[in-house]
Amino acid sequence: MLDQANMQHWVSLAYLVAGVLFILGIKGLGKPKTAVRGNILSALGMLLAVVVTLLDVVNFELIIAGVAVGAIVGALMALRIQMTSIPQMVALLNGFGGAASLTIAAAEYYGKVEGDVGHIDGLVGQLTLTPGLFGAGFEGSVALLSIGLTVLIGAVTLTGSLIAFAKLQELLKGSFGLPGGPIGNGLLLLVGLAAVAALVVAPGNLAAMLVVIVAALVLGLFLVGPIGGADMPVVIALLNSYSGIAAALAGFILGNTVLIVAGSLVGTSGLILTQIMCVAMNRSLANVLFGKMAEGGETIDADEVYAGKVKSAQPEEIAMMLEMAKRVVIVPGYGMAMAQAQHAVRELMDAMEKRGVEVEFGIHPVAGRMPGHMNVLLAEAEVPYDKLVEMERINPTFEETDVVIVIGANDVTNPMARDAEGSPIYGMPILNVDKAKNVVVVKRSLSPGFAGLPNPLFAMDHTYMVYGDGKKAIIEMTSALNDA
Amino acid sequence: METLILLLALFVLALFLGVELITKVPPTLHTPLMSGTNAISGITLVGALLAAGADGSSLLVGALGFAAVTLATINVVGGYLVTNRMLAMFKRK
Repeated sequence: MLDQANMQHWVSLAYLVAGVLFILGIKGLGKPKTAVRGNILSALGMLLAVVVTLLDVVNFELIIAGVAVGAIVGALMALRIQMTSIPQMVALLNGFGGAASLTIAAAEYYGKVEGDVGHIDGLVGQLTLTPGLFGAGFEGSVALLSIGLTVLIGAVTLTGSLIAFAKLQELLKGSFGLPGGPIGNGLLLLVGLAAVAALVVAPGNLAAMLVVIVAALVLGLFLVGPIGGADMPVVIALLNSYSGIAAALAGFILGNTVLIVAGSLVGTSGLILTQIMCVAMNRSLANVLFGKMAEGGETIDADEVYAGKVKSAQPEEIAMMLEMAKRVVIVPGYGMAMAQAQHAVRELMDAMEKRGVEVEFGIHPVAGRMPGHMNVLLAEAEVPYDKLVEMERINPTFEETDVVIVIGANDVTNPMARDAEGSPIYGMPILNVDKAKNVVVVKRSLSPGFAGLPNPLFAMDHTYMVYGDGKKAIIEMTSALNDA
Repeated sequence: METLILLLALFVLALFLGVELITKVPPTLHTPLMSGTNAISGITLVGALLAAGADGSSLLVGALGFAAVTLATINVVGGYLVTNRMLAMFKRK
């Protein structure tokens, strides 16, 4: 038989293997071909980590109940969710991840306190405890600091993600924030951090723990409250990162290596995606979090841009244009998801390919409500992934493209971002669809996109607007093309 | 103290490794990357098991432990399953 210390070594080694499997799993996600295997490797790592942890456990009732409930809820969510709603699900999962870290840290704190004083009468009060309860010497203070910060970040992630979910699900419309915006949020953060500091100095200060929890929960609400629409990809990526950081910090509380490794991988992943999204909008993170769209710049009158210059066309006329084309690029945006038009778009692609037209998709990094959202929708509609071309690679090809079909996208095609210095979106990288020989824009009306700007693309000589429901318009184009 | 420095070293190195790994993931796979890393962040299940499985805890700690296990399991099961579902849709012609 293995003795206790020996056992601990084997558990630690198993955690190391689990960490390696996570790393190989993420590496697998680097290519579509190896991605499924990567995800399975990562899941095996999780299984291993969980199984060896169970060796340490004495009480199984709560665990069995929790795992059963969690597995059923998780499986139902994962199997029933529609691909258009993936951003909501990821937002919710981010929140649960944050909440898990929050509750672990709280359980660790209250568990240690009770272990020392027997029981606690209420959640407020001053007990005489030393940091030594949480670890020897300096480690006790670090564990307390980790507990405080895990609670703080976990709670912000929880409520922030719930707001993000409510906004994406359109349960919550409109924005709200604290008076003073960033200043109000900053003050809340300071209150939370001060309470964490109080906890480290006096671990028996039960009120301090409560203040951390409440301040952070409220901060999460007001941090995400003002943000909406096309900025959602940034928020989701950032909350993803927070949930990872919270997990890593929880690793410092428990001295658990696999939590630290996995948590920091997730933390960096979210941060990198956040940064990619910000670059793709040419905005700083602070600007997304606290600012509205860049204000100022000359106001542009939509009537002036559009007056008398916008041409509309019927789907049948577009079909004739497509019939003659050699190369067509489709540019989808969130509107395609809203109209559930991805399958119709795939059928249009098939109809064109049958006629020998070369078809590709141009995907802007911030198209949709989360990073890579369009790609998943089109993959679901069975568009091969090698047809989904990223912005840098598709942009040089527009000049040789006969027709671009823009469906449900607006700001990411606005030439003002390239040409109009002083415009609020100036400098944002766009898809240069106006360089193509013909541009077809499928859109309900001339209403502006999230940036609130008119789009001179719509008024160009070689642009044709097809008004109406995106799905219906595309289906009509397809049948006209098939009949031709 | 020594353990702490070791953990800190691990943390910092993992951050650098994360940057190397994540920057290689193409935009096409960014959504599965997010849901997949979401599942990985469910590694908090390990901590949750330890919290919920401790002997003789009070109602408060027990409830927190139960909540932690449930939430982390949702993350793990939901995250891996939905990622797998998405990745299975990515096909070449």
